[in-house]
Amino acid sequence: MGQGSYTLNYLGLALLAAAALVVPLLPILLARVIAPKKPGSTKQSPYECGVPTAGDPWSQFRVQYYLYAIAFVVFDVEVLFLYPWAVVFTGLGLAGFIAMAAFLLVLAGGLAYLWQKGALEWD
Amino acid sequence: MGLEPLIRMGIGIALILALAPVVMMWLTWLERKTIARIQNRFGPTRVGRYGLLQPLADGVKMLTKEDIVPAGADRWLHLLAPIVIVVPALMLFAVLPFGPRGIVLNLNTGLLFFLAVTSTQTIAVFMAGWGSRSKFSLLGALRTVAQLAAYEVPMVLAAATVVMISGSLSTTAIVEAQAARWFVATPWGFTAFIIFLLCALAEVNRTPFDLPEAESELVGGFHTEYSGMKFALFYMAEFLGTFAISALGATLFLGGWRGPWLPGWLWVLVKTYGLVFVMIWIRGTWPRFRIDHLLAFAWKCLLPVSLANVLAAGLWAVCPWPWGTVAAVVLVAATFLVTSQIWIPEASCKDSPRVVS
Repeated sequence: MGQGSYTLNYLGLALLAAAALVVPLLPILLARVIAPKKPGSTKQSPYECGVPTAGDPWSQFRVQYYLYAIAFVVFDVEVLFLYPWAVVFTGLGLAGFIAMAAFLLVLAGGLAYLWQKGALEWD
Repeated sequence: MGLEPLIRMGIGIALILALAPVVMMWLTWLERKTIARIQNRFGPTRVGRYGLLQPLADGVKMLTKEDIVPAGADRWLHLLAPIVIVVPALMLFAVLPFGPRGIVLNLNTGLLFFLAVTSTQTIAVFMAGWGSRSKFSLLGALRTVAQLAAYEVPMVLAAATVVMISGSLSTTAIVEAQAARWFVATPWGFTAFIIFLLCALAEVNRTPFDLPEAESELVGGFHTEYSGMKFALFYMAEFLGTFAISALGATLFLGGWRGPWLPGWLWVLVKTYGLVFVMIWIRGTWPRFRIDHLLAFAWKCLLPVSLANVLAAGLWAVCPWPWGTVAAVVLVAATFLVTSQIWIPEASCKDSPRVVS
C-alpha cells in the first residue's frame, strides 16, 4: 500500500512468510488430533498397483534429466543478465538494442547447437 | 517512520491469510462446476444451493481422513513438502496490485520476486516425490523438474518484454505504463501473452501440462502417497498458484486495474477470473501432452519464439512506426514457421510405443 521504504517492504515479506506458516500448519495439527490413526503393514506399503514393491525407487534415473537441467541453468543465467538491461532499455537507444541483440543471437546459436547435438531429445 | 505504514502492512498480511484460502476453496467449486457443464453433467448440487457449500464439506472430510505415511518414506521430507509448497503460493499475493494503492507490499522488484517465488515449487514437488519413496511419486517428481525447468525460461522471457517497454519491475508501475494501451494490444505483447499463458498452465501443473500428477498413468504422480490434509494442501497450492498467475497475467498484459465504469479492484477480479476460466476451459477441452512432446514444445518452439519476441519488442521500440511493428511481426512469425518446420516432423515421426521414465 503505497511505495513503502526498502526495509519495511522486506520486513513485511519476512512477516508474511512467518505468518503464512500458520495456513498449512494449523490444519495439519488439527487433523493430527481428529483424524483416526490405524496403521497397518499393507496400508503403509508404497503404492504399486497392488503387487509387492520390486526394488528400491531410490535408484539411478536417466541422464537426460541432467542435460535438461544444464540447459535450463544456461538459459536462466542468461535471463538474469537480460533483466537489468530490460529495466533501462528505453534509455539506451539503438546501441543498447544492438548489443543485446548480439548477446541473444549467441545464445540462439547455443540453442541451435544443443538441438543439433540431440541434447533436447527425450530418448 | 510512523506507525501507519506498519499497520497498513499488518492489515494487508492479515487480509492475504484470511482471503487466499477462501479464494482457493471456491475456485475448486468453480472448476468442478465448469468442468461438469463442459461434460454435460451438473457437478456438485447437494451441499447448499448450487453446491456452494461443497468446499466446506470437502474441508471437513479431508480433516477427518487418516494421514498415511509409507513405511520406507523419509518422514521429514514427507511432512515438509506440503508446507514448503503452500507458503510461497501465499507469498505471491503480496505483490499482486488490486489498485494504484491496493497492493500489500509494493516491492520495486515485484515481478522478479513473483517469478523467483513461483520457481521454488519445483523443490517442494521434488521433496514430495523423493520423500514418499514410491516409484509413481518419484516419476512424477522427475517429470515435474524437467517440465518446470523447460517452461520457466520462456515464461521469464515473455515477462522480460513487458519490463523492457515499461522500464520497471514493480507491478504497479507496469500497470501505470499501460495507461495508453494494454500491452496485449501490441504485436510483441500479444505473442508474449500467448507464451505466458501456455507457460502459466505448465507452471501450475494444469492440463494439458499435468504430467507430474497424471491420474490415468501415474496414479497421482508426486502426491500418490499423500492422504488427508497433506493431500489437500497440494491442491490448495495448485489453486492458489492458478489464481495468482492469472492475476499476474492480467497485470502484465491486460492493464491490471484499468477499465471503464467499474472500480479498479473489480476489474482486476474480472480479468483474473476470465483467465482462470480460460484455464479451466482448456482443461475441459484438450488431452494431455506426452512427455517427449511436452519438452520438445518448450525447448524447440516456445524458447526460440520467446527469444525472437524479446528482439521483436526491441525493434518495435527502436524503429519508427510502422516499420517497428512490421519487423516485430515478421521476426516472430518467421521464427515460429522455421522452428515448427523442424520440430513437428521430428516429434511426430517418433510415435513408437515407449516405456515411461
